[in-house]
Amino acid sequence: MANLQSNSGEPKVNYEYRRKKSAEDMRMQVVTFTMMIFFTVIAFAAVGAGFSKWFILPFVLLLAIVQVVFQLYYFMHMSHKGHAVPQFFMYSGILIAFLTILAFLTIIWW
Amino acid sequence: MSTIAHTQKRGFAGTVWEYLTTVDHKKIAILYLLAGGLFFLAGGIEAMMIRIQLAVPNNDFVSAGLFNEIITMHGTTMIFLAAMPLLLGFMNAVMPLQIGARDVAFPFVNALGFWLFFFGGVFLNLSWFLGGAPDAGWTSYASLSLASEGHGIDFYVLGLQISGFGTLMGGINFLVTIINMRAPGMTYMRMPLFTWTTFVASALILFAFPPLTVGLFMMLFDRMFGAGFFDAAMGGNTVIWEHLFWIFGHPEVYILILPAFGIFSEVIPTFSRKRLFGYSSMVFATVLIGFLGFMVWAHHMFTTGLGPVANAIFAVATMAIAVPTGIKIFNWILTMWGGSIQFTVPMLWAIAFIPSFVMGGVTGVMQAAAPADYQFHDSYFIVAHFHYVIVGGVVFGLLAGVHFYWPLMFGTMLSEKLGKVTFTFFLIGFHLTFFIQHFLGLMGMPRRVWTFLPGQGLETGNLISSIGAAFMFVGVIVLLINVVVTQVKNVKVGIDPWKDGRTLEWALPSPTPFYNFKQLPLVRGLDAFWIEKMEGKTEMTPAEPIGDIHMPNNSFTPFMIALGLFIGAFGAMYHVDDKGWALPVLIIGLAVAFASMLYRSIKDDHGYHIHKEELLDDADKGGTR
Ligand code: HEM
Ligand SMILES: [Cu+2]
Repeated sequence: MANLQSNSGEPKVNYEYRRKKSAEDMRMQVVTFTMMIFFTVIAFAAVGAGFSKWFILPFVLLLAIVQVVFQLYYFMHMSHKGHAVPQFFMYSGILIAFLTILAFLTIIWW
Repeated sequence: MSTIAHTQKRGFAGTVWEYLTTVDHKKIAILYLLAGGLFFLAGGIEAMMIRIQLAVPNNDFVSAGLFNEIITMHGTTMIFLAAMPLLLGFMNAVMPLQIGARDVAFPFVNALGFWLFFFGGVFLNLSWFLGGAPDAGWTSYASLSLASEGHGIDFYVLGLQISGFGTLMGGINFLVTIINMRAPGMTYMRMPLFTWTTFVASALILFAFPPLTVGLFMMLFDRMFGAGFFDAAMGGNTVIWEHLFWIFGHPEVYILILPAFGIFSEVIPTFSRKRLFGYSSMVFATVLIGFLGFMVWAHHMFTTGLGPVANAIFAVATMAIAVPTGIKIFNWILTMWGGSIQFTVPMLWAIAFIPSFVMGGVTGVMQAAAPADYQFHDSYFIVAHFHYVIVGGVVFGLLAGVHFYWPLMFGTMLSEKLGKVTFTFFLIGFHLTFFIQHFLGLMGMPRRVWTFLPGQGLETGNLISSIGAAFMFVGVIVLLINVVVTQVKNVKVGIDPWKDGRTLEWALPSPTPFYNFKQLPLVRGLDAFWIEKMEGKTEMTPAEPIGDIHMPNNSFTPFMIALGLFIGAFGAMYHVDDKGWALPVLIIGLAVAFASMLYRSIKDDHGYHIHKEELLDDADKGGTR
């Protein structure tokens, strides 16, 4: 978002700068995209290789979390400026949901 | 002034049409106030019936079954259809003006939110005429509500689902508005406290309503399709409903009280002629209460057998909330300290609020002590507690807000004299009604009980309580008279009617132009308007030259969407009875709703512009303010 819109009102002014930025972004997207495909392959491979489920479950979950982070930060541009408030809300939501689930798992249904 | 048709006089039908289609936050605020006020009266009449039934022992003014319906509808109506919408009304009326915005971020969604709430509320109340209201209490605990016959609980589930969507939309809308539409210079730490509490309450709505939605859906499936989420015989668990309900329910009580805190935080500095003491600690306390509010839900379930570890942890977490609340109380007192206090009606409510609410907080901490709560739970002590916080906090806040913001919303001033009469009756009545209930509870009177026996020491207390309720009733009637008299006399007041207005909303001309700010104001600090006044100015410094203003068009679509869901809900409800017409009604209702949404999505509606020239013409009506 931030790299596509110019806030100078004079689009020509920072054209060069934005071009460079966009190229960088594109590179990161390609890199993360490759990694995500790679992760997916590993996930399938891990299941296919028949490891213990105590290894597979956390491992696949971990890969999934990393992919979500990639998705948010590189594809949905959360790494750019101006996303502080959405980030704050997302992390508060995650924190509250986490604490709630933790409470259920540890002290409520024992 | 062609496009400024809004300022022209209309006939009655024209006015009705204007309100049915409006997307203006100021008019939606009035709609919320009207609808919320009507539901408040309905809930109030139910309350009077409860107190008449309980005035003397062995009474049979209403039957036991009807009594259950009345208490259920009283609680549900007061929380979901009166208190919350009235607060949303004030948020709509005041918040956009306080941050210097021309409207909320999504005016269309704002209207949709209102109509969903309204139709949900009407749906719920129609249960009275269609075979009986819900009767499992406002908390609708699953083992009870699944056993409830007839359609009462279905009215509860579907009605709250529809109005809940509306509330959720309202919350999201306010969040986006506050994040994105503050005037130049209005940093977060310069936002008036009512805006801050609106912000945090909206965030709570955002996070708290989804669990309720989920719970209601599960209840719906259990009742209509024989799912077994809450049915132990089918492998479900009835306590899950309690968890879902209270994960929503406790934040809900903060959704109610925080905006009321916000109103008091505006009233007290205004009539003490001092800036709010400890502004940043107030903001901090508000946010902290918001967070902690999510971590205490199980204090409503101490007696369900969660075990000592869970009870201990939730007890401590609950008591922790008293700390930020205490910070606020001290800040209000210190704001008044040394101020030049004017005892206007809003200020009287604010002053009465402090001790009343503290009493509710103290009983709250008592209940938070889990072992003691085994005694208090489900007794009249609980009833006393939550009425001290909800009436002494939320309702006092609403009443303060009505008097304080009336000139802003309607351009007239409610009579101070009649206001003081209302205040006296209501305050005395309130303490008469609820103080004695603490002792009734400790003496063993269970809550939600239909009647009681003579000779157990409960007669006097209950009689006193009922007399108090009559006092409150008189107070409300006087308030209604006050409203009618004021609007009939229709004496208009000008800018800054209280003379000591501190925040941006008071810098606007009266009546507020439909575009709010001709030029967005430049905010130079907390209490923006006060700062300008202290420098001898009478208006805000504009932050931009006069330019075209973009406005949204009115729309009837929100009404149609909500109406469609309302019709569809009847179909869904009667479908289980194998009524032939039910399925078509469900389909027609949903078709109306989705067709309206589709219409909205494909029809381009770019709104219109008020041109610079027209604004310049308008100069005599308020200048740059
Ligand atoms: C110092 C802050 C507070 C504390 C420590 C507190 C604590 C509690 C506890 C422990 C209960 C459960 C008692 C039981 O059922 O056995 C309760 C019930 C209740 N509280 Fe509070 N509370 C506080 C503030 C509030 C506020 C601000 C509100 C609303 C504006 C509120 C509304 C309610 C309601 C409605 C119930 C009863 C729910 C029901 O069972 O129907 N409380 N409170
Ligand atoms: Cu609670």
